[in-house]
Amino acid sequence: MSTATVNDQDVRVAPVTAQDLSAVLASGQRPERPSALSASLTFGWRAVLKIKHVPEQLFDVTAFPVMMVLMYTYLFGGALAGSTSEYLQFLLPGILVMSVVMITMYTGVAVNTDIEKGVFDRIRSLPIWRPAAMVGYLLGDMLRYTVASAVILAVGLVLGYRPDGGVVGVLGGVALLLVFSFAFSWIWTMLGLMLRTEKSVMGVSMMVIFPLTFLSNIFVDPETMPDWLQAFVNNSPITHLASAVRELMAGEWPAAEVAWSLGWAGAFAVVFAPLTMRLYNRM
Amino acid sequence: MNKSDIDVAIETSGLVKVFGEKRAVDGVDLTVPAGTVYGVLGPNGAGKTTTVKMLATLLRPDGGEARVFGHEVSREPDAVRARVSLTGQYASVDEDLSGTENLVLLGRLLGYRKPAARDRAAQMLEAFGLSDAADRQVKTYSGGMRRRLDIAASILSTPDVLFLDEPTTGLDPRSRNQVWEIVRAIVAQGTTVLLTTQYLEEADRLASRIAVIDSGRVIAEGTPGELKASVGAGAVHLRLRDPEQRAEAERVLERVLGVPVQREADPVALSARVLTEVADGGVAEQAARALAELAGNGIRVDDFSLGQPSLDEAFLALTGTPADDGAGDGVPGRVSGSGTDEDAADRARHTMEQGAGV
Ligand SMILES: Nc1ncnc2c1ncn2[C@@H]1O[C@H](COP(=O)(O)OP(=O)(O)OP(=O)(O)O)[C@@H](O)[C@H]1O
Ligand SMILES: [Mg+2]
Repeated sequence: MSTATVNDQDVRVAPVTAQDLSAVLASGQRPERPSALSASLTFGWRAVLKIKHVPEQLFDVTAFPVMMVLMYTYLFGGALAGSTSEYLQFLLPGILVMSVVMITMYTGVAVNTDIEKGVFDRIRSLPIWRPAAMVGYLLGDMLRYTVASAVILAVGLVLGYRPDGGVVGVLGGVALLLVFSFAFSWIWTMLGLMLRTEKSVMGVSMMVIFPLTFLSNIFVDPETMPDWLQAFVNNSPITHLASAVRELMAGEWPAAEVAWSLGWAGAFAVVFAPLTMRLYNRM
Repeated sequence: MNKSDIDVAIETSGLVKVFGEKRAVDGVDLTVPAGTVYGVLGPNGAGKTTTVKMLATLLRPDGGEARVFGHEVSREPDAVRARVSLTGQYASVDEDLSGTENLVLLGRLLGYRKPAARDRAAQMLEAFGLSDAADRQVKTYSGGMRRRLDIAASILSTPDVLFLDEPTTGLDPRSRNQVWEIVRAIVAQGTTVLLTTQYLEEADRLASRIAVIDSGRVIAEGTPGELKASVGAGAVHLRLRDPEQRAEAERVLERVLGVPVQREADPVALSARVLTEVADGGVAEQAARALAELAGNGIRVDDFSLGQPSLDEAFLALTGTPADDGAGDGVPGRVSGSGTDEDAADRARHTMEQGAGV
């Protein structure tokens, strides 16, 4: 765009006339307030619009997971399972879980940078269901997680991953993962509202996410670990989730693991959603 | 409480907000009549934004009460939210989204169905002269366009009370005039507008009552006329034909008016603030005498004006500091009319002239 065009646009700003204004103002009676669902979906739509305008933010849900799959398959595959293709059958669902759970972390950063902006004041002064804005972030993020899952599965299939559970098993696994991520993300909304800077949100999130994902059965069978570590790993929510997803995709029905995963999801939501809302209202 | 008085839109008593050691708002009492523009005037850091945020339910008061149409802000925040709308000091629109998307999004959150929200957004953009930029990201908008979008967002559905936090700071005179027109149109529809500003000119033009705040306290309240009267000053400005005659003109004026005369940056311009106490026979009569004396001394005057006392002067008198630097260490109530305040007065007038976007 040339300078001349820019100037042109500035000059063309139409004048505001009193008649125009009173006409639009007169027709602006307040409608009924929207339902909780409608308000949440609207915020979800806002998140999608942001992805549309800033598509670079999809980088972390595409490039990062691809890197993870390639790195772990070829780095550990030979050593741990004797062959990369065999290891992939075990590893891929775990990498899927790990990647998606890791990228949930960006929710906190998004919340933290958003609340700094003036638009958040307007949002908070609206007469709507209070959690809607936060739920909206999480709904928008579900889209990102879906994209990430699709990318990982596609790369896996190319590398030789063959899920015995077929389409149903795979979709079931992804659905469980999304539900868990939604509930788990309330930790991040809380941290996003609680901590002062984007950097500190990132730092604290790393401290939570790395131990949680690595101290699990994603990479190796816990049998090989010392007892005290096994105690932790066997009870980690990520272990339950990874086992459930792995078995669902393998065509089995791991009722107990699914129940554990959903139980943990519920616990995260029950604890961290109210804490988030408390901070949101107190801001 | 004035609960029975339906004509009161906003009422606060002893409102306090403390940040750590800092009493940002320190016992503010306001009564805002419904259907009017109420100006809250104060320098940087006076506590304007903090007050507005408490009234818009964004901050919890640490003391005192605030009611919006009878609803207490911390006890019935939802009832307050249903009646108010806020245009914050820093653009309360989403920079990443387009103008249309911003308004449709907000329309949906206010409860419009999608087609209605789209229509309403288009209507608003048209009325605010933003149709051409409707599909551009807001980050590409000029400051004036952003402001108008922001205000449009606030009145998407007509609120009972609209908070405008420094709506014209940083705008050029033309954009400022547009915002003023918008505010007048909004208030003509029956909405009560609480407007904060650092521009005295702005409060004078728009508001029917003004509260002057400084360091978290209301230091004066009244109609613009009352505020001016309480300071009791007028200003004489004159422009000579010949810069050589300025020193002589200065002497003549000081003798006749009995107040210090200031030299403007323009080498032919002089100005003086006339205090009521010294203006025996009234400011106009005194000015006439001064002109006659000048003519009698052979001093040629090209241009002469007798200004109403400006709100800047009122502010200076009330706080002892010029309105635009907000040093905040002024002595309330001190009337500053002496030569030592030349600098301050100059700066205050400068603000006024910036504000005068005619
Ligand atoms: N969140 C906060 N934490 C700490 N101090 C704050 C906070 N918000 C405001 N303050 C302080 O409270 C005082 C009043 O601030 P406020 O923003 O209300 O002033 P203002 O009148 O709006 O000023 P301006 O004209 O610059 O916008 C200032 O001293 C400011 O530093
Ligand atoms: Mg402010």
